[in-house]
Amino acid sequence: MLKHCSPATVLAAAAVAAIAAAPASAKVEGDTIVLGSALSETGKYSTNGIHAKNGYNIAIDLINKTGGVKVGGKSYKLRVIYYDDESTPARGAQLAERLIKQDGVKYMLGPYSSGLTKAIAPVTEKYRIPMVEAEGASRSLFTKGYKYLFAVLSTSEQYLASSIQLAAEIADKAGKKRKDVKIAMAFENDPFSLDVRAGVVADIKRLGMSIVIDDRLPRDLSDMTATLTKVRALKPDLLVVSGHSKGAATAGRQIKELKIATPMVAMTHCESSKLVSKFGAAVDGFLCPTQWAETLSYKGPYFGSAADFDKKFKATFSGYKTVPYQSAQAAAAVLVWKDAFERANSFDKEKVREAISSTEMTTFYGRIKFSKAGNNIAKPMVLRQIQDGKYVVVAPSKWASHKVQHPRKVQ
Amino acid sequence: MASQKPAAPARTGFLSPAWLKSSGDGWTLLLMIALVCVVLVLISGQAQNNLTILQVAWQQNIQLLLDGLFIGAIFALAAYGLALVWGVMNVKNLCQGEYVIMGGYIAYYLYDIGIHPFVGLPVAIVFMFGFGWAIYVLVIRRVIDRDLFTSLLATFGIAIVLQQGLNLIFGPEVQTARSGLPTATVTLGGGAFTFAWIKLTAFLMCGALALAVVIFMKRSRMGQAIRATAQDARAARVMGIDTDRVYAFTYSLNAAICGAAGVLIAMIWVIQPFYGITHSIRSFVIVTAAGFGNLPGVITAGLGLGVAEQYSGFVLGADFQQATVVGMLLLVLIWRQIIENKHRRVVE
Repeated sequence: MLKHCSPATVLAAAAVAAIAAAPASAKVEGDTIVLGSALSETGKYSTNGIHAKNGYNIAIDLINKTGGVKVGGKSYKLRVIYYDDESTPARGAQLAERLIKQDGVKYMLGPYSSGLTKAIAPVTEKYRIPMVEAEGASRSLFTKGYKYLFAVLSTSEQYLASSIQLAAEIADKAGKKRKDVKIAMAFENDPFSLDVRAGVVADIKRLGMSIVIDDRLPRDLSDMTATLTKVRALKPDLLVVSGHSKGAATAGRQIKELKIATPMVAMTHCESSKLVSKFGAAVDGFLCPTQWAETLSYKGPYFGSAADFDKKFKATFSGYKTVPYQSAQAAAAVLVWKDAFERANSFDKEKVREAISSTEMTTFYGRIKFSKAGNNIAKPMVLRQIQDGKYVVVAPSKWASHKVQHPRKVQ
Repeated sequence: MASQKPAAPARTGFLSPAWLKSSGDGWTLLLMIALVCVVLVLISGQAQNNLTILQVAWQQNIQLLLDGLFIGAIFALAAYGLALVWGVMNVKNLCQGEYVIMGGYIAYYLYDIGIHPFVGLPVAIVFMFGFGWAIYVLVIRRVIDRDLFTSLLATFGIAIVLQQGLNLIFGPEVQTARSGLPTATVTLGGGAFTFAWIKLTAFLMCGALALAVVIFMKRSRMGQAIRATAQDARAARVMGIDTDRVYAFTYSLNAAICGAAGVLIAMIWVIQPFYGITHSIRSFVIVTAAGFGNLPGVITAGLGLGVAEQYSGFVLGADFQQATVVGMLLLVLIWRQIIENKHRRVVE
C-alpha cells in the first residue's frame, strides 16, 4: 500500500543533489540551465505535489529531447533541483532560501498550493529571482506588487464565478427574474476557498441575484449536514461548495445521503476527491470548474493539442486514468521558461524576467499572457459537468463540447 | 479479588441524573447556556433568520435531532473509552482520535479490497486491541507512574507518529467506506426529512457495544479487577490483582472501542489521516463534562454534544459547529468551579 517514497530516500536524494550542486553559481552549468523548486513530496499536499513534479519533468524531458533551449546560438538542457517542502510553508521558505543562496539557483519553478507559494514568493522577491509558478491560484498572491512572480493558471476568484454566470443564463432562458435566483454558499474558512468565495460574491452582486445561505466550513471538516439541512429548507437554485477535496467528498456523500434536490450544484476539487468513483450516479450533474481539460481545443508547439499532451502523459507515467490539470499547468510553466530564455537570448535574470513578463504564447494548456501583477489573463476557467460519470465541458460556450443538463437528475 | 465494596460515590457529572436532581445548581448552568444562546442570537441577524427557518420548516428539527443523536452515540462510544483509561490509569490519552481514525482506515481498507465495511467492526476491535496492547507495553507502561505531563507528551507523540504513518500508508486523500445501505425519506406535514439506514444501524451497534462493555465490566473477573484498580490501585495490588495486566487490558480495551467507533465514522462521515484531533477534542469535552465513572453521564453528554453541534451548525453557521463544543466545555468548567467553591472544606 506504500504509495509514496519514504522521507529518508527523499532526504538522501536531496542531500546528494545539494552536494552535486554545492559550488554556488549553479544557474548555468556547462550546457545545462538549472532551475530550482521546492515541492510537496510528503505531507498533506503530496499527491498534488507529485502531479506537479511529473508535469515539470515531462516538459523538461520533451525540451531536452527536442533540441533544448537555444540561447546565443548554443543549445542548453534544462535540469531542476527539487527539494521536499513536506507541505509546510515554513519549510518551503527555508528551502527557497537554500536553493538561491547555497545552490545558486537563479530561476525558480513554483511549489504546490497557494499557501506554499505565499511563503516562497517573499524570498524569491527579496533575491530578485524570477519564479514561474503553476499551482498557486490565490488572488492575494497578485495584489502584493510582486515583480518576480508569474503564474500560468487562472486565479482562484474565477473558479466558481462561471457557475454563477451559467445560473444567470439559465434563469434568463426560463424567464425567471434574476433577483429571484437564490444561491446557497458553503466555503471553507481558508485563504483559497475564501478567494473563490470573493469571486462568487462579486458575480452574484453584479448579476443581481440573492444569497440565501453563506456558511463557512471549518478546517477539520467532516460533517456539513447542518448546512445541507438549511439548503433543503430554503430550496436554493444553485449550491456552491468549495473546501478542497475533503469539502467535495463530504458534500458529495451528504448531498446523496440527505437527498438534497438542488437543481444545480457546483463545487471545486471534484476530481481530486474522486467523486465519481466514490459516489457514482449520485454526483451526476455536478458542475466542476477546471483550469484545463484534455477535451479542450487548445493547441500549441511542443506538445501539440491538449489531447496529445494527455496521451503522452499517460504513456510516460503509469497509474493515471485522467491527467490532472495540476500536471498540465506545471508543464506549461516550464514552456514559459524555455520561451523566455530564447526571447531574452541571455541568462541575465533581469532580462529573462523582462522576457517572461512580455510572454504571449499559445500552448496545449491555453493562451498565456501575464498581467502587470503576474497572473495569466489570457486563459479562462472552464466549467465541466459530470454526465454519466464523465466530465464534459459545458461552459464557456466557446469551448463547450456538451450541453448543460439542467436541472440535474436527483437519484 | 477484593470484597465487593459498595462502589465509590460516582463523581458528579454534567447532565447526569445525579446533578439534575441535586439542588438548583444545574438550573443555574442551564440558565447560563440559555443566556449565552440568547445573546448570540440577538447579535446575529443571520442566526435569527435561521431560527425562523426552523419554525417554518419544522420538519428540519427532526433531521437535526436525528443526525445529532446518531453521531452523538459514536462520540459517546469513543469518550467512554477515554473515561476508562483516564479513570483507571489516570492517563490522558491524547491519541484517542488517532485510534478512531485507525479503525476508520481498517474499514476503508476492507472496503477497498472488496469486503463489506461491516466486517471491519470485529476486525478493527481485534486489531486495535492488539495494537493498544503493543502501545501499552512499548510506551504507556513506562509513563504511567510519571507526572501528568509525561503521559500527555507521550500520547501526543504517539498521535503524531500515527498521523504521519497513516499518511504514508494511505496518502492524504479524504476517504470513505460505503455501506451501500439506502436512505429513507419521510414526508411529514408538507416537509420532508431523511434518515440514512447506516446511521441508524451505527446507532444500534453503538448501543450494543456499550451494553457489552457494561456487562463485561460488571460480570467478568477482568471487569471487576478493572473497577477495583480504579477505586484503589494499591489496595487492589495488595489483594493480589496484577494491576499491570489490568492497565494493559484497560488500555487495549479503549483502543478496541475507538477502533469500533472509527469503523462507524468511516461509514457515516469521511476520514483522513489528520482528522483524529477533532475526535480527541470531542472525547475530552464529553469526559470532562460527564466525569469518569459515569456511563449514563457520558452517554447523555455524547448525545447532547451531537445535537448541540448540529443545531449550532444550523443556527450560527457551520464555522461555529466546533466552537460550540469548546464553548460548552468552558461553561462546564466555569460551572464546576462555582460548585467547587461552594463546598465547605475543613480548614487544615
